[in-house]
Amino acid sequence: MSSAYYISSSCVISDRVIYRNGLPVFSGEESPLPDLLISAYRHFGYQYLKFFKMDNLGKLGWLAAEILLSGGFDKNRYRPEEVGLVLSNAHASLDTDTRYYETVKDIPSPALFVYTLPNIVIGEISIRHGFKGENAFFVSESFDAGFIEHYVTRLVNNDILQACICGWVDVLGDRYKAALFLVEKEKRENSVTFTAKNLNNLYALQNG
Amino acid sequence: MSDLKSQIIAQLNLQDVKPEDIGDDQPLFVEGLGLDSIDALELIVLLQQQYQIKLSNSDEGPNVFRTVRTMAEYIKAHQAQNS
Amino acid sequence: MNEPVFIAGTGVISAIGNNVTECLDALENGRAGIGPMTRLDSVHKNRLPVAEVKLSNEELASRTGLPAIKSRTALLSLAAAQEAIRHSGIEDLAAWRCGFISANSVGGMDKTENFFREFIADNNKGQLHDVVDHECGSVTELVADALGINEHVSTISTACSSSANSIFLGARLIRNNILDVVIAGGTDSLTRFTLNGFNTLMILDEQFCQPFDENRRGLNLGEGAGYVVLVSEKVAATMKHKPEIVLSGYCNANDAYHQTASSPDGTGSYLAMSGALKKSGLQPSDIDYINLHGTGTQNNDIAEGTAIKRLFEPTYPKMSSTKTFTGHTLGASGGIEAVFSVLALQHGVIFPNLRLQTPMKDLPFRVTTELEKGVSLKHVLSNSFGFGGNCSSLIFSKI
Repeated sequence: MSSAYYISSSCVISDRVIYRNGLPVFSGEESPLPDLLISAYRHFGYQYLKFFKMDNLGKLGWLAAEILLSGGFDKNRYRPEEVGLVLSNAHASLDTDTRYYETVKDIPSPALFVYTLPNIVIGEISIRHGFKGENAFFVSESFDAGFIEHYVTRLVNNDILQACICGWVDVLGDRYKAALFLVEKEKRENSVTFTAKNLNNLYALQNG
Repeated sequence: MSDLKSQIIAQLNLQDVKPEDIGDDQPLFVEGLGLDSIDALELIVLLQQQYQIKLSNSDEGPNVFRTVRTMAEYIKAHQAQNS
Repeated sequence: MNEPVFIAGTGVISAIGNNVTECLDALENGRAGIGPMTRLDSVHKNRLPVAEVKLSNEELASRTGLPAIKSRTALLSLAAAQEAIRHSGIEDLAAWRCGFISANSVGGMDKTENFFREFIADNNKGQLHDVVDHECGSVTELVADALGINEHVSTISTACSSSANSIFLGARLIRNNILDVVIAGGTDSLTRFTLNGFNTLMILDEQFCQPFDENRRGLNLGEGAGYVVLVSEKVAATMKHKPEIVLSGYCNANDAYHQTASSPDGTGSYLAMSGALKKSGLQPSDIDYINLHGTGTQNNDIAEGTAIKRLFEPTYPKMSSTKTFTGHTLGASGGIEAVFSVLALQHGVIFPNLRLQTPMKDLPFRVTTELEKGVSLKHVLSNSFGFGGNCSSLIFSKI
């Protein structure tokens, strides 16, 4: 069951900086989070009207996936059902749950209610890129690289997926972090071995 | 109608859309502005919040929300009724 | 890798019964659990019927041993999980590598919203212990602690397909020889939060829901919990009564169409069902009964039905939606319906799809409307589809 797979790319969004493969590609002054994410969206010149309608978790995950898959990833290598997502976080959709709850006093917002589930961000990324493979969302206290490595390795080993976007997307108020990884079978330029150690290093933005 | 357009843009978070981008008779859904079922529900909230109009029968939705003009006419008709 | 995963026990609590026996009795006698709201304090009280579990938090607490101040989501979960373990006959869980995988979509929201209500009225009020178990993961941890399980505990949150996903994740952990026994399923309690939310989506039926009816109007929300005890071949061999039902297939796919709506052709549902068949090595014609996702919304039923037509045409298995009994229990539905699927196999029964008046015009098949007994069933497919495009199908087989 040893992992012979590769992290083709990574994207980490943390503390107002966006990193691609460990290197900063955007840094913003804006806070709160939605302003920062919109400013990054504009910086990269994305055109996706639905972005503005997403909640913070959706925007954060969508943007991280967009940057993760920019340059290099060719989705035509795979059938739609061969690409899936395994994401996790600590606070599920609590950030939007509380926002939605605020609207209930007046007129409850259907557009906010839609986002009161953490796996909607998986849906957003899947819709954007047409991924139809297995997807799962786990809630855990902290980023569990060992679990992700085991889980994704088995999905690929058993040919359930050929490529997988995995990692962590968490938002609660001012606190947020995204760390997404593209895992593929083939070694590509700049790829590193898919191990828990490498996941943790990339997550923590440490080299080596 | 331009007020209504601004309200629609604000309600639906259509950040990169300007009121003048929306034609009075342009279809709002699918091929037009690309709105979806959740947007339709938000437009119902808009009517309630801004105009105190309660669209109770969701079957009315498709006709009322076809274009900005149909929406404006619906609002006018209801305001006339209530005054 | 492909060693069978057995279903050694089942536990369930829903609006139609507080345990497996009561639920089976209600299913066989056509007794739905939907009715006026009695427990939930909501402005929609007289308008929207719901499917409430009949026990109060205090009664659940005294049955389970958990304090009554804990979230109803956890109380329901523990009641069903304890029954599943008891029913499995495994005497000493600690003798095995044991896991608890539970899904939910509301977490401790029932407590949190009461906290907010008091807190908004007066910032000094509101019991802080109401919010400490808010997060979905805390509910699972609380129940796992009460069950004495700590080897492996996971929480899945993928909307209405969550607990179907926890079941196949459990099966995988057994197949990969990581665990021997897994209690897998899910739980959700009724909250104003979900009720208001589904109400704004305008998909709640003000009458009793009518899934797969041409004139269906929407869904009724329900609550409950359902768990199966999955065991490896090794564990099964030690049991006095060797389990006869296995989880033979499962698949999860994404519809990639819309946050909440299913694609018109039910792409995700089709991929999930066909993937589960492939995994089990079965042909569509081998399936004897489908426990439908069948929520009763316009969108779900036509998407699910279209996917079934594409996969099964021209010979259709028996089908019904047991949500006509339990309402839609969201994160618990996959677990509850897994238990019902196992019951169908064990007892040779097909449960009726209640209240059907006019079959859907665009579908070439009809759902079963009367209880069928003494049917020889070998393979049952259970569908669970959720917001976010998450679609799962499970296949249970008699060996």
